[in-house]
Amino acid sequence: MKLQGRSIFSGQVSGLALVSPANISFYGGVDPATGVIVEPGHPLEGQSIAGRILVFPTGKGSTVGSYTLYRLKRSSLAPLAVINAECETITAVGCIIAEIPCLDQVDLSQIHTGDQLTLNAGEGWVEISQKTA
Amino acid sequence: MQLSSEELAMLQGQNGRAVQKAMQILNALGVIYGAERMIPVVSVQISGVSYDNLGEAGLEFLDEMARGGGKARVLTTLNPAGMDIENWQTLGISEDFALNQQRVIQAFADMGVITTCSCTPYLFGNTPLFGEHIAWSESSAVAFANAVLGARTNREGGPSALAAALTGFTPEYGLHLDKNRQPSVHIHVEARLSESHHWGALGQAIGRRFETLKRKPIPYLTGVSSASLENLKSFCASVATYAGLAHFHIQGLTPEAAQYPPPAESFTITQTEIDETLASLSSAPADAPADFVSLGCPHLSLREIARIAELLKGKKVTREFWITTSRPVRQMADRMGYSAIIEASGAKFATDTCCVVAPIQRRFKVMATDSAKACYYAGAKNKFATRILPFDEVVLEATR
Repeated sequence: MKLQGRSIFSGQVSGLALVSPANISFYGGVDPATGVIVEPGHPLEGQSIAGRILVFPTGKGSTVGSYTLYRLKRSSLAPLAVINAECETITAVGCIIAEIPCLDQVDLSQIHTGDQLTLNAGEGWVEISQKTA
Repeated sequence: MQLSSEELAMLQGQNGRAVQKAMQILNALGVIYGAERMIPVVSVQISGVSYDNLGEAGLEFLDEMARGGGKARVLTTLNPAGMDIENWQTLGISEDFALNQQRVIQAFADMGVITTCSCTPYLFGNTPLFGEHIAWSESSAVAFANAVLGARTNREGGPSALAAALTGFTPEYGLHLDKNRQPSVHIHVEARLSESHHWGALGQAIGRRFETLKRKPIPYLTGVSSASLENLKSFCASVATYAGLAHFHIQGLTPEAAQYPPPAESFTITQTEIDETLASLSSAPADAPADFVSLGCPHLSLREIARIAELLKGKKVTREFWITTSRPVRQMADRMGYSAIIEASGAKFATDTCCVVAPIQRRFKVMATDSAKACYYAGAKNKFATRILPFDEVVLEATR
């Protein structure tokens, strides 16, 4: 299945989806040294976003959070790509400065953790090539 | 987004890597927030300067932008750093931190940014005029610029403000447009607001009301007949911190207010509500003495420093007392002899920095201040209990 979206930062990748039903704060909510979600009570608390296509509704928190994505990219712990329902400043700026492909305005209900995704953020689409059982 | 040929060239990398990255940021924000075009800005204020907030990641990004040939194209100033750039040892800052903070300042200096580190750029020459488009990212200064000066800025983050500095543009959306600057709630104030900490309390009281409303409408305040620059500086910091506001109008005081009638939806903030808010801002038990006293959130004006000197003349302070201000205002205080009087008392200037962004987590137990914003960060970030007092009494608390 191919889903359409809006391009925030271009790039093409394939990888496994990690879906968060809750919003993510990159400042304080994600450990910049490990890529693990550390916000207490977050549905993905304890899980690493490294090397996954990270799917979440929208970002929240301090604008300094953009730098967390940059730091993760420098240490090869960044997500492969980001897919949002509605992208906001923190995530958009983080993806641009870290050069992480980013797409928004996607129907997130179609994507599940573990799905194999192929994404072309520049053209504004993501394809679910293999769904998890 | 419709980009001009100049803007498109920037996006395609014809002006170097840093400018390209900057235009990518601005273009994406324009797309997200539905801007139709870029507009030129005349002034930028960049937040995210303290190494305590930026961390190594932020510093690496700034270095990359500086190495990528980024140069500020418009008047650009900086937010407070994590230390007094010239006098950090006195404030108990570690050498490691000082070194990293110097690297941050150097990266900005390399990009042609004016390294006055202050949240009150409007007090020393980065002072936009009515109607001018700017890109500022210090929340208290954003509110001051929009509401008090009548300039136009969204509440930028550090990187988007830097992007505006390096290109001279910002996407035209939000508070740059007339239609988004209109008030939609009328707040009648029935309370005596004679001192800056009262104005701080008003900001928090509005924040509480907005939590109940579950939205952040631009308010139109009535019932307030006068305010000093210092009062409004305090109010802007508080209303940005507690209510998330970037703009407001006060009938008879702020320059855009006369364009609008009071909105139909309204509520009243009473003296009782201000008194209750003030009480809640003091989290320290009444008998717990303050071991840290700080004035200057936002940074002190020259008039406030003159008053501190008047109160401290011939006295000794008995606890750690930070006077936080900008370098230019500090230099005026030096010339007027205020600094010598203040330092003779044992109080310390913490120029270029403040109690919100310095690396002082858990260093003190109880902080006395006149600032509602400082109370918020003392609790949330530094884990201090707080006592809010009128300005003069904060000074007296330090000498008690």
